[in-house]
Amino acid sequence: MPRRPFKRYFRETGWRHLIGIAVAVFAIFPLLYVFSASLNPGGTLLTANALFSNVSLQSYIDLFGSERQPYGAWFLNTLVIGLATAAGTVILGALAAYSFSRMRFTGRRFGLTTLLVVQMFPQMLAMVAIFLLMVQISEIFPAIGLNTQIGLIMVYLGGALGVNTYLMYGFFNTIPSSIDEAAKIDGAGHARIFFTIILRLVAPILAVVGLLSFIGTSSEFVLASIILIDPDKQTLAVGLYKFISDEFSKNWSLFAAGAVLAAVLPVALFLALQRYIVGGLTAGSVK
Amino acid sequence: MATPTIDRDAAVETPPSKKSRRAARIAEAAGAGWKLLIFKVVALGLIDALALYAALVLFQSEQWVAAIAVLVVTGVANWVYFSRGNLPAKYLIPGLIFLLIFQIFVAGYTAYIAFTNYGTGHNGSKESAINSLMLSAQERVPDSPAYELTIVEQLGEYSFLVTNPDGDVELGGVDRPLEPVDNAEMDGGKAVALPGYNTLNFSQIVANQEAIAAIAVPISEDPNDGSLRTPDGSVAYVYLSSLEYDEAADTMTDTRTGTVYSDVGTGAFTSPDGEELMPGWQITVGFDNFVRAFTEESIRAPFFSVLTWTFVFAFLSVFTCFAMGLFLAIVFNDPRMKSKKYYRLIMILPYAFPGFLSALVWAGMMNQEFGYINVVLFNGADIPWLTNEWLAKFSILLVNLWLGFPYMFLICTGALQSIPDDVQEAAKVDGASAWQIFKSIKLPLLFVAVAPLLIASFAYNFNNFSLIYMLTGGGPRDVTADVNVGATDILITMVYKVAFVGSTADYGLASAFSIIIFLLVGTISVIAFRRTKALEELN
Repeated sequence: MPRRPFKRYFRETGWRHLIGIAVAVFAIFPLLYVFSASLNPGGTLLTANALFSNVSLQSYIDLFGSERQPYGAWFLNTLVIGLATAAGTVILGALAAYSFSRMRFTGRRFGLTTLLVVQMFPQMLAMVAIFLLMVQISEIFPAIGLNTQIGLIMVYLGGALGVNTYLMYGFFNTIPSSIDEAAKIDGAGHARIFFTIILRLVAPILAVVGLLSFIGTSSEFVLASIILIDPDKQTLAVGLYKFISDEFSKNWSLFAAGAVLAAVLPVALFLALQRYIVGGLTAGSVK
Repeated sequence: MATPTIDRDAAVETPPSKKSRRAARIAEAAGAGWKLLIFKVVALGLIDALALYAALVLFQSEQWVAAIAVLVVTGVANWVYFSRGNLPAKYLIPGLIFLLIFQIFVAGYTAYIAFTNYGTGHNGSKESAINSLMLSAQERVPDSPAYELTIVEQLGEYSFLVTNPDGDVELGGVDRPLEPVDNAEMDGGKAVALPGYNTLNFSQIVANQEAIAAIAVPISEDPNDGSLRTPDGSVAYVYLSSLEYDEAADTMTDTRTGTVYSDVGTGAFTSPDGEELMPGWQITVGFDNFVRAFTEESIRAPFFSVLTWTFVFAFLSVFTCFAMGLFLAIVFNDPRMKSKKYYRLIMILPYAFPGFLSALVWAGMMNQEFGYINVVLFNGADIPWLTNEWLAKFSILLVNLWLGFPYMFLICTGALQSIPDDVQEAAKVDGASAWQIFKSIKLPLLFVAVAPLLIASFAYNFNNFSLIYMLTGGGPRDVTADVNVGATDILITMVYKVAFVGSTADYGLASAFSIIIFLLVGTISVIAFRRTKALEELN
């Protein structure tokens, strides 16, 4: 292919690269900034401005040694709550999607529409009622009430149906029901068809729903902040926010290290499963 | 599961005779996977045991409705899982239970709270308000007789074992008025121990001094008789409230000033000149909270400015992100351009980065004194990015653009690529310019595809709590307002602050705001979805 003259190259594609570079800088700069700040030992907000001037992993080590902000506990709590919620969401959602997709029953259409309508009242709006309900529960069953992680997970599972059922329902519909019928003729019951055949075939959507649920739960702030009270029971979102609003500019590098560590897992998962997520997005989910 | 089960659907479809149904049942029982059956029995057994325990505890604490609800739900679940058929219910019940409690019930509960005055100073029944008012106004009666006291403990709860000035022995505790006992162990005219109770020794009293000093034991069922308190753990004195409750007239009288406080229906005892005794109690106030939101000047003004900003913010954030995403999608949607995927990878990083962290990081960069933007980019300028009303609004939109454009870029790219090429080829042949093709062909087609997503994005941003709360905290604060709001607060952060931030909480008002948000978002979504006909695609 003959080389295009620069003028023509620029008019056709060169300018696109200029815009691309500008946008890439805009997109990545805050991330580079926080990464650089995390490598700056004992740095404040002001010292963080000299990017990559001082490189050490000290902040990451200090992060786990501090008693006042139990970062290790936060990280573990976030993982536990996020994974438990994601697993529960996938199971409950898949069960519901299976029945909506494969069975015909009275109230099916009504049920699907109701799920859509219920989603318009997000749990966040009911924060006061959820808080008061948890207060009452903890008066009688302290183990699952206010200030317990099981309580928080149960609250999150209240939102397990809804959007997730929709995503899964659409995917379940793409699996031809002749597969079920063949299995039925071979003598398999509904439970066997569901657990051994269908669940394997819909694995991609289970992964997407689980991932979206994990990412969503692990950065959820409102409900986590009102239900979890003790610092060592809190999640990263609540803990890091409290930490940074208490002493904003002093311990910036510690916060930055905490933020980088907190982001590694979601970002890695996101990039690894990019293909599915982009597909899921166009099917209607929002971050 | 090694053995197959029979086809239940088929059994349902052809109405079977009694005999064949029985045959089917036996066949299923024989072949229906005994492992599955055992699993079912064990799992349901565990759940039933837990539910029974929960119901018993609830009955004991007199939560009748909750106890019955637990029993009914468990009963229904057992029936569903042990009966033939009801197949859809078997798959729906687990999710539905959580949905019913933590989404539908709490939505209804929110509506209920919105009609009450629940909040600081109004969080209990009238009875407990009367008791705590009397307690808080207690003073020692001068020259009152001393009661010889032994503090005893049973199951972690302290009781007063007193020998009154007449020599009678009585026992009482918090919420348990004094009652005579006759089997106490006496030592020199003073009761010192009681069978079944542990007597606290001196060092135990010292160790629990604070808890013991807080105990007030009512002398009788009538709160006006006063109660016993102890300063040292060995002698108790009569304390009388300076408030006197008249049950017949339902009034509180301050015995020192003679002011009569009466129940005028506002959930607190109120004096003739409007002074309220706190704590009050919880009452249903009807539409008061909604009326307050729309009429009471100190709430109405901030409420309307927050409402306006919520709409402006939600609209502009969708618009800016969509415009930038679409522009980039068009720029990169060119087959001649190389290394697109690297740009794409970098551009979706902000979307992958957890949202609450992004807001905190940007809050650092936008810090007025030390932030990177002022110190480095603007060479030490003193720009109040987050503390000036208008700049704070601008900053929020900028950060939201950073967070949101990758999403729009991704969906616009997808939508653009799904528009077939031959449409624009045909237009080109007809002599349409690139701009005309874009405006009249691509854009309308694109809108059909992304309109539902734009509505969803609008609804999401309407409640974009973490961005606002983490970046500006809703600030700068509006000091003239009666409620804790600032220039960048949106409705959902306002709800959070009214209910959970600061020293006072107004759950009733916060819930009323929640209901208003729901009505707004719900109405807009329904109208918009109707237009895009998304609902009709359900099959």
